[in-house]
Parts: sequence; structure tokens; C-alpha cells
Amino acid sequence: MPDSDIDTLVEFVGVQKSYDGETLVVKDLNLKVARGEFLTMLGPSGSGKTTVLMMVAGFEPATHGDILLDSVPINNVPPHKRGIGMVFQNYALFPHMTVFENLAFPLQVRRMGKAEVESKVQRALDMVRLGGFGHRRPGQLSGGQQQRVAVARALVFEPTLVLMDEPLGALDKNLREEMQYEIKHIHENLGVTMVYVTHDQSEALTMSNRIAVFDDGVIQQLATPESLYEMPENAFVAGFIGENNRLMGRVTEMNGQSCLVEVDAGGSVQALAINVDGVGTRTTLSLRPERVTINPAEGSCPNVFDAKVEELIYLGDHMRTRVSVCGHDDFIVKVPNSSGNVNLTPGEMVKVGWMAEDCRALDARE
Amino acid sequence: MAEAVITAAPTEVSDAVNLKARLRSATARSRRNAFLLTAPLLIMLLITFIVPILDMLFRSIDDPIVGQAVPRAAIALEDWDSGAGLPSEEAYAALVADLAALRTGGSDGKALIGRFATRLNFEQPGVRSVITKTARKAPKLKEGPYKDALIKIHKKWGQPEIWAAIQRLSAPYTVVHFLASLDLHYDVEGSIVGQPEMRQVYITIWLRTLYISGLVTLLCILLGYPVAYLLATLPQRTSNLLIILVLLPFWTSLLVRTTSWIVVLGRNGVLLETLAWLGLVGDVDRPQLIYNMTGTIVAMTHILLPFMILPIYSVMRGISPTYMRAARSLGANPARAFYKVYLPQTVPGVGAGSILVFILAMGYYITPALVGGQNGTLISNFIAFHMQKSLNWGFAAALGAILLAGVLGLYWLYDRVVGVSNMKMG
Ligand SMILES: Nc1ncnc2c1ncn2[C@@H]1O[C@H](COP(=O)(O)OP(=O)(O)OP(=O)(O)O)[C@@H](O)[C@H]1O
Ligand SMILES: [Mg+2]
Repeated sequence: MPDSDIDTLVEFVGVQKSYDGETLVVKDLNLKVARGEFLTMLGPSGSGKTTVLMMVAGFEPATHGDILLDSVPINNVPPHKRGIGMVFQNYALFPHMTVFENLAFPLQVRRMGKAEVESKVQRALDMVRLGGFGHRRPGQLSGGQQQRVAVARALVFEPTLVLMDEPLGALDKNLREEMQYEIKHIHENLGVTMVYVTHDQSEALTMSNRIAVFDDGVIQQLATPESLYEMPENAFVAGFIGENNRLMGRVTEMNGQSCLVEVDAGGSVQALAINVDGVGTRTTLSLRPERVTINPAEGSCPNVFDAKVEELIYLGDHMRTRVSVCGHDDFIVKVPNSSGNVNLTPGEMVKVGWMAEDCRALDARE
Repeated sequence: MAEAVITAAPTEVSDAVNLKARLRSATARSRRNAFLLTAPLLIMLLITFIVPILDMLFRSIDDPIVGQAVPRAAIALEDWDSGAGLPSEEAYAALVADLAALRTGGSDGKALIGRFATRLNFEQPGVRSVITKTARKAPKLKEGPYKDALIKIHKKWGQPEIWAAIQRLSAPYTVVHFLASLDLHYDVEGSIVGQPEMRQVYITIWLRTLYISGLVTLLCILLGYPVAYLLATLPQRTSNLLIILVLLPFWTSLLVRTTSWIVVLGRNGVLLETLAWLGLVGDVDRPQLIYNMTGTIVAMTHILLPFMILPIYSVMRGISPTYMRAARSLGANPARAFYKVYLPQTVPGVGAGSILVFILAMGYYITPALVGGQNGTLISNFIAFHMQKSLNWGFAAALGAILLAGVLGLYWLYDRVVGVSNMKMG
């Protein structure tokens, strides 16, 4: 999405945050969240995701910079006047209230009439398929049900913006996938803007319109799931999203979009020049395992190397093959389980090859 | 595989019974060990706690003196109707025989006369001298009619009241102590009536004990809750330091803590001197802050405050700050979020602290004794008085039994309303 013509709901302008006055947990954050968007903040633990959400919700002041909601700075608006729905990591359902009272709380605070409260709560409960659970206490619900109540409570007062901080972190895999689908569904039906935090990349890829990859308090890349996976812009993003083979080397030749890289262990590779400064600089070559071909047809790939099969793992739809190539013995190739494929045995010598477009020369950061 | 499935499913009834028996024998050893570990404590509790309480409960109804001292008179009075005039000549004769036997029965007998007289005097003030005088003369009365002889010794023998008292007290067990604890007594006809106004003491004391305990509990909540909140919201390291300050009073003796209030609140104490120096109170007509109810309330609140703070603090520590944040994000202002979300979750702590403070306050003794003066003393001070001064142990025991029953009743009520399992002590 081009920055200029989106309908911006939330905007961060040069936001910084420090808890202790020494280290910056969030460094110069500039980000626009479009109305109706599902934006995910993805990043390793401690990268500052929760801190960003807390600043939006108003529980932590920004040390520097502005946060704009509908183009209005909200730095001095107290949390209860921001009208932002929030789902907390541990749900934070009020244990002394029933499910119904939990959902009615934001409406009663807004001085809604009794009948209206009842109908809205019922509608919200139906939406998360918990229509008959209003009289229960949170303690009498399963983890997944509590989670759905928390989502319903964050939505029942119809906020335009909903923040979710790793809402599925405590659920098991099946329930998690089911809930991912449900949240996505609710987002599409209601058209609310969601800012979602997770450190689970598959969750981020399946749910989001855009993903902001965080590391060290900085957005490393902000893009749609496809382009994040297909076109990572730096070594961190390439390594963080999906599986990734890396080869370290030095740029020896630049010609426009592409470049020639001398791999440390010998051999030279043609690659796309994405994030390199010029001839002589060090670089990380990033290559998805499914883009490597075993024994490619003569002349079909510009990059072909000798490799030795080290290990084979049968995974049903594909064979995970670990080979050693160019001095790296952790090079992974995914061989699809299709009828025409060769039978490999460990110890066998093969050739591996890949296209120059599938190999991205990125920064040399470890 | 198949074998494992079969052995893992003991569906037969006999198997289930067997399993229970095996489980029991398997756990018997650990239960025995657990018992042995607690046995010393149990024995100590039995000797120093449970037996004395049972003894006290027994004493509150035990009343053998009259039956022991005048057994013949007791039998002779069995069928007498106290509403229908004086008892018969046999009763007079029996009493004279009893008293003569005691009088000539050596030092044991004479001691029993004394206790008999005291016991009756407790029931009917002023009859002690009647008994002792009559007992002195009884051995000389050799023949009847004894009725006239006794009435000649003291005219009270010609009134039914004293006989009614002997008749009533000759039973080995009595509830008079309990009646007296509630300002009731038996009248001549043997029906239960209120004490005359000038002898009504204990209802006032009970009410005062309840009032002071309740007020102290309330003050402890009002003073302790904000402190507990502060402790719970501060960073752990700071709050640990402050907790020590809360616990500090436990390291000094109760006596010191109480008497230091005398220094503060006394007529020439720190507080009044400061106020006088500021010109806020006069030099002559200073308010009385100690040796009255005010002194008791102030000192008890101070001493019992930690028992309120600690349970509330421990409950508050367990309340995640995200609840308040959630409430704020849902649109509640800080006051409302506190009132609707935080406060209800601290009720178990407040309940535990309140019941603790209230029960401790109900039985408080040293502090009201030292700073309570006239109108700041509690029921336990009267229990102590009857134990040590008036030596009416039966009555003291009855007061204690009522106190115990009241506390247990309160505990039961708390369990019904809040639930003891909801209580958190720390
Ligand atoms: N209240 C606080 N006081 C001091 N430092 C804090 C505080 N909260 C977070 N931090 C620090 O700020 C950094 C970022 O924390 P944050 O909670 O935003 O990370 P996160 O990305 O949400 O991580 P996670 O995925 O583990 O939840 C961490 O190094 C953390 O130690
Ligand atoms: Mg977090």
C-alpha cells in the first residue's frame, strides 16, 4: 500500500520509548495503520511489541514523538477516553463477574439502557458462539472459551480500533488455529481495525493484511505476508520468516539488479542485489529451501554446485534433505514427493542448482 | 499390546474393592507418619488448650457447694413449693443438723461453711453473716422446734427467699452464672427476671465490647487498606522494606506498645503538649484522651493494624494489574475501575483481616486494662477481675464461655456469608 493515499486511523510519528532512561526499547517508530486493516506486529521476545501496544492504549507514555488517532494526537488522552478495545495476553476477564457482566461492563460505563445492554451483549456472545454461557464465571470456562469472551468484550462497545496482545499464546495448536480463523472472520465481518501482536510467524502470515517485523525496537520490514516471505529486505527478516538457507560471501561484481558473490568456501553465485552497498562488501545470500532443485537439467540454472546428501527426513508431502554444499553442512533442500523424483540415499553426491532471482543478496548482519 | 489393555482395565467389582483396600494399606504408613509428626503438638494443644477450655466450660455450670454443705436440708427442701409459705419443721431441723455437723467437722467443715456462705451471698447479698452466725449457734440447738429457734437467731430464716436460694442451689449444676452474665437472675418464685437497674452491668459491657471491637475493625480497614494498596503496587524491593516496618511492632512487647500511648496521649503527653503549644487546646481544660474509651480504641487500632494489613496485602499482591488496565481500556475512569474491578477482588483479604482483628479485639485484655480507665474496659477485664479478685471462677467461666460461643458463632456466620475457603491469610 502506498503511504500517501491510505485512510490512516493510527499514525506513529517518531515515537521512542525508554523505561529506564538508558536504553531505548522502541527506537524512532514511524508507522501508519489504515482504517479496517489487520496489521500484525511480529518479532522475537523483548523486541518491544507489547510496549508499542501499551503506548497506543495509553498505559505507557511515549518518551518522544506523537501517536495520532484519526489525525489527533492522543498522548494526553487518558486510557478510558481513547475508546480502544484491547485483548490482553492472559485475557484479564474479571473473575468476580459472570461472562454477561464482563461484557456488560463497557456498556454500563457508557450509561447504556438495560435493554440495549442486554441485546448488545447477547449479540456479541452469539458472534463468538457462546450464546448460552452468559451466567458462567470466567473460571468455569475453558481456555478457548475465555479467549472468545475476551474478544467479545473488546468488541462489544464497537470500538474502531482493537488491539490484541498475543491473545492465542496460551492455547494448544488446534484451538489456536480455530481461533485464528475466528478472529480473522470477525475482522472481516465487522470491518474494525486490528493491531495484533504475536511472535508466531505462521499466525502472522495467515491472519494479516500487513506485517510489521520488529526487532530491537525497530521495524525491520513492513509488508504484506507474501512479499515478506518472497522478498525479505534484510537478513533478519529472511531468517525470521520461514525457513532459509544462508551463504556468507563477498560481492565481486555488480550489474544493475543482479550481482556476483564470491562465497567464503569457494565458488561464485549469481544473485539479486537487494541490500548490498557495492563491490567488496560482505553479504548474506538467502535462499528458500523449496527453490533449490536437485540435479537440475543441464543449463537451466545459472548456479549449480556439487553437494553431498547428509540426511533425509521423510515428511509425507516432501522430503527434507540436508546436504553439504560450499562448506555449509546445514543446507536444506525440500524435495517434493512427486512421482518423477529421484530416490536419494545419504552419502550420495548430487548437484544442486537455483535461479539467480531466488537468491537474494542481503546485509551481512549475523 | 493386547495384554496391556486387558490388565489396565479392572472392571470387576471385586477388583475395585481390592484396589480400595490396597490403596488404604499403601497410604496407611504415610498417614501414620503424618500423625507421629504432629503428635507432640497435638498433645501440647490438648494439655494447654483443649483441656483448660473444657474445664472452663464445666466450671461455668458446676455448682456443688450447697449440695455438699447442706445435703440433709437439700433433701428436705426437694418437695417444698417456694410460692406457698415457709418450709416445714423438718427442713429447719435438717439445716440445723447440717450446720452443726459442719461446725463440729474440723477445719474442712468450717471452710465449707465459708464457701457455702459466700455462694449464697453471691446470690443474695447480705446473707453471708446470717449463715456464719447460724452455723456458730447450731451445735448448741439440741431440740426443737428448730423453726422458731432459727428465726430467733436471724429474722431472714422467717422469709422464704433464703430457703428458695438454698433449694435452687442444691442442684449440682446451675445456669445462674450464665444468667448473671446477661444481667438476669432467679426471683423468689424461681422464674428468670432481669436484675434491678443498679445491678445491671454486663449487658452494657457486652455491648461496649462489641462496639469497640467493631469500631477498631472498621478503623483498621480504613487505615490498613490504603497502606496495603501502596505496598502491593510498589516494586517488590521497596515493598519488602516497608513490610518490615509493618512487622516492626511485633518485635516490641505489647506492653511497651500500649504504654507508649500513655506518653503520647497523656494529659501532659506529647500530643496535647504540642497542641497546647500551638494554642489549639487550653492549658487547663484539656480533652481526656487516655484512661477512657478513646485511649482503648486508639491503642487497640494501632496494635491490631498489622493483622489487617497483611491479609489484604497478600490478596492484593495476587491481583494482576492487567485487570485495572482492562477496566480502563473498556472505558472506566480510575475511580470506577477501582470500585468495580479492584475492590471486589480484595474482599477475601478484607474479610480475613476483619475477622482476625474482630476476634482478637473481642478478647483483648492488657491494652484496655492499661489505658481503658472506667469506660474503656472490655469483657475480658471483667473475666480477669472475677478470676483474680472476686474469685468467682464459675462466673468468670460463664463469661468466657459466652465469649467463646460468640466468636465461634461469628466464624460460622462468616463461613456462611463469605466462605472460609475464600479467606486468605498470607
Ligand atoms: N515495565 C517495564 N519496565 C522496564 N522495562 C520493561 C518494562 N516492560 C518491558 N520492559 C522491557 O522492554 C523491552 C520490550 O518489552 P516488551 O514487553 O515490549 O517486549 P515484547 O516484544 O512484547 O516481548 P514478548 O514477545 O516477550 O511479549 C524488554 O527488554 C523488556 O525487558
Ligand atoms: Mg509482549
